[in-house]
Amino acid sequence: MKNKIISGQVIPINQANIDTDAIIPKQYLKSINKSGFGKFLFDSLRYSKPGTLDDHEDREPNMDFILNKEPFNTGKILIANDNFGCGSSREHAVWAIKDFGIEAIISTSFADIFSRNSYKNGILLITINKDILEKLFEEIINSSDYILTIDVLNQSLTGPNNLAVRFEINESDKERIIHGYDDIAITLKKKNQIIEYEQKMKKNKPWLFSDE
Amino acid sequence: MGKTLYDKIWDEHQIIVNSDDSSLIYIDRHLVHEVTSPQAFEGLKLDQREIWNKDSIYAVSDHNVPTSARNHGIEDKISKLQVDTLVKNCKENNITYFDLNDVNQGIVHVIGPELGITQPGMTLVCGDSHTSTHGALAALAFGIGTSDVEHVLATQCINVKKAKNMKISIKNNLREFVTPKDVILYVIKKIGTSGGTAHTIEFTGECISEMSIEGRMTICNMSIEAGAKSGLVAFDDKTFNYVINRKHTPPKKYIENATKYWETLRSDNDASFDSVHEFDADLIVPQVSWGTSPEMTVDVTGNIPDPSKIQDPKKRDSIARALKYMGLEPNQSINSITLDKVFIGSCTNSRIEDLRAAASILEGKKVANSIKQAMVVPGSGHVKIQAEKEGLDRIFIDSGFEWREPGCSMCLGMNDDSLSPYERCASTSNRNFEGRQGDRGRTHLVSPAMAAIAAVKGHFCDITDL
Repeated sequence: MKNKIISGQVIPINQANIDTDAIIPKQYLKSINKSGFGKFLFDSLRYSKPGTLDDHEDREPNMDFILNKEPFNTGKILIANDNFGCGSSREHAVWAIKDFGIEAIISTSFADIFSRNSYKNGILLITINKDILEKLFEEIINSSDYILTIDVLNQSLTGPNNLAVRFEINESDKERIIHGYDDIAITLKKKNQIIEYEQKMKKNKPWLFSDE
Repeated sequence: MGKTLYDKIWDEHQIIVNSDDSSLIYIDRHLVHEVTSPQAFEGLKLDQREIWNKDSIYAVSDHNVPTSARNHGIEDKISKLQVDTLVKNCKENNITYFDLNDVNQGIVHVIGPELGITQPGMTLVCGDSHTSTHGALAALAFGIGTSDVEHVLATQCINVKKAKNMKISIKNNLREFVTPKDVILYVIKKIGTSGGTAHTIEFTGECISEMSIEGRMTICNMSIEAGAKSGLVAFDDKTFNYVINRKHTPPKKYIENATKYWETLRSDNDASFDSVHEFDADLIVPQVSWGTSPEMTVDVTGNIPDPSKIQDPKKRDSIARALKYMGLEPNQSINSITLDKVFIGSCTNSRIEDLRAAASILEGKKVANSIKQAMVVPGSGHVKIQAEKEGLDRIFIDSGFEWREPGCSMCLGMNDDSLSPYERCASTSNRNFEGRQGDRGRTHLVSPAMAAIAAVKGHFCDITDL
C-alpha cells in the first residue's frame, strides 16, 4: 500500500493565532502566478524591511527569526500554537509554506479556510492536544536540532526520546496527502447528478437562474 | 426535530453525501475579484476545462484599485497586470465584470447585496474570507481559497463538510451611538478569534431583529474574525424590503413564489444548536481594539490590559507582544490613545448607513490638527452617489476628510492607501493583525461614529458621553 513519510527538521513558532497576513503580507498577493512565494514566507518577521514582488532581493535577513537560522531554514515540519492560519482566505499562504519546503504543520487547531487550502495543496495538518504540543515545544527548545517523522498511512508521529503520538485524520484527507487528487476531475464524474439537480432547481426555483 | 436556518439552506443545496463526511453542495452565485482568481482561471485553461455556468458569476476589481485620480488608470504596474488579467479572463469567458468606472463597481461584499446578486436562501462563495457578510440576507455565504474558486468555476459545486450550528442571541436594544460594529467586536472579545471555528453562527434576538440589513452585514462580515466561515440572520420583513427592486432581484413574475420560499428561511422553534451564547445589548458600550487580534478589544471606558496580572504564561506573552507592537503601556486608558490617521471604509463599514453615522458626528466640526490623514472610502459607486445626494461628501470634506473612490483601500493597503511604520489608525475595518494596514502600522478597530469622533478629538473618546 502506498504511504507517505514526512521526516525532517521541526520549525517551532510558539505563538497562537498566527494569521495569514503574517504568513504572507498583502503586497505579494498581486502576483498572478502560483509559484515562487517561499521566499516571502513570514516576510515581515524574516527581513529588515518590506519588499515588493519586483524588489525584494536586496534586504537584510533578520537573523533572530527562526527561518533564517540553521537548521530551521531547511525545516520540513512547522509547529505552532492554537488557531494557526486565521484571517484571510489567501491560498498564497499555503503556496508560500509549500514552496519553502514545509510539508506538514502541527498545532492544536487550524482556521477552517486555511485548513481546506492546505489539503488542496497536499500540506498535512496534524492536530494534537495542548499537553503534547507544549511538551513538544519544550523538547524542541532544549535541543539544537529536532527531527520528527510522520507516517501518514499509520497516522503516527515519532521523534527523539521515544516520542510516539497517534494523530487523527479523515480517510479522504489521508488519501489526498498520500496520492494527491484532481478534485475537479472527481467532481466532474458526478456531472450527471449535478445536471439533474440543476434541472430540478430551474423548475422549482427559476428565479435563481434568471435575473433579467 | 426542527431544523436551523443553516440546516435548511444546506439540505436544499446538498446534491450528494460523499463517502467521507463531506457533501457535494451546489453553489448559486460566485463572486470573483482580481486577487484570488488569476491562478484559478489559469488552472482551467491548462486543463482545458469549461466554466459551468458563467451567468452565476459576477466579477469586480476592488482590492488593488486606486481610490483617487481614477482617470489616470492604475499606476502600479503589478496591480495593473492583476486587474487587467481579471478583465481579460472575464472577457474570454463572457463573465459580467463591473469596470473601474462603472457605478456598479465597489467592494465585492458591498455590491453583491446592493445589486440584488445576493438573495435569501442562496449559496454564495467568493475567494475572500469576508464573504460571510452576505449571510445577513439569509444566504449561506462563505469564503474559499483559489483552488476552490477553480473548482466552483468548473463544477458549480464544492465538496465541503457541514459545520456545526451555533446560535448567538442578543437580547434588548442597542443604546444610542452603540452600533453593530460594537456588537460584533464585543462578541469576538467574549468568544475569541477561534470561538466560532467549524461553526456557522446564526445571530438572533431582539437586537438583531431591530437592526438594519446594513448593520446585520457588519455583524455577519466579522463572523470570520470569530473563526466562523459563515454568519446568518433569519429572513424577515427587513430582508424582503431590502431585496426587492434591486438590479438583479428576481423578476416580478417569480417574486410571489420566491417569497414563499424565503419565508421559510428561519430556524424552527425546536431546532437544536450545538452551542448557544447569550448576550445583552444593554451592556454593550462602544468597543476599541487595542491589540493585534480582533479579540484584543476593550470597552472604550476601559484600560489596556496589564500582562503582569495575567496568570496564563502563553496569554501573558501574547499580550506583552501585542503591546510592544502597538506601542502601548499596560493600564493605559483608551481615551489617552492619540491617533495619526483615520480610515472610514472597508466591507465591514462603508455602506450608506455607516457614512451617515460618521457624517452626523462630523457636521460642523473639524478634524484635529494632529491627524495626518483622515479618509472616507465609500463601499461602492452607488453608496458614493447616494452620499453625495445627501450632501455627506460636503460634510466630510469640510471637516477635513478626504472623499475617495470605492475600493478595499486601507483595510489591507494593497493599493497606495496604507499606514507608514508606527502610524496609529482608528479604522472601521475588520482586522488589526500586525502589518495589516501597512508594515509596522498600528490599527484600532472601531465603529464609524467612534472613528469620526476620534478624528475630531485626535484621540479616542466615548461617543456616548458627549
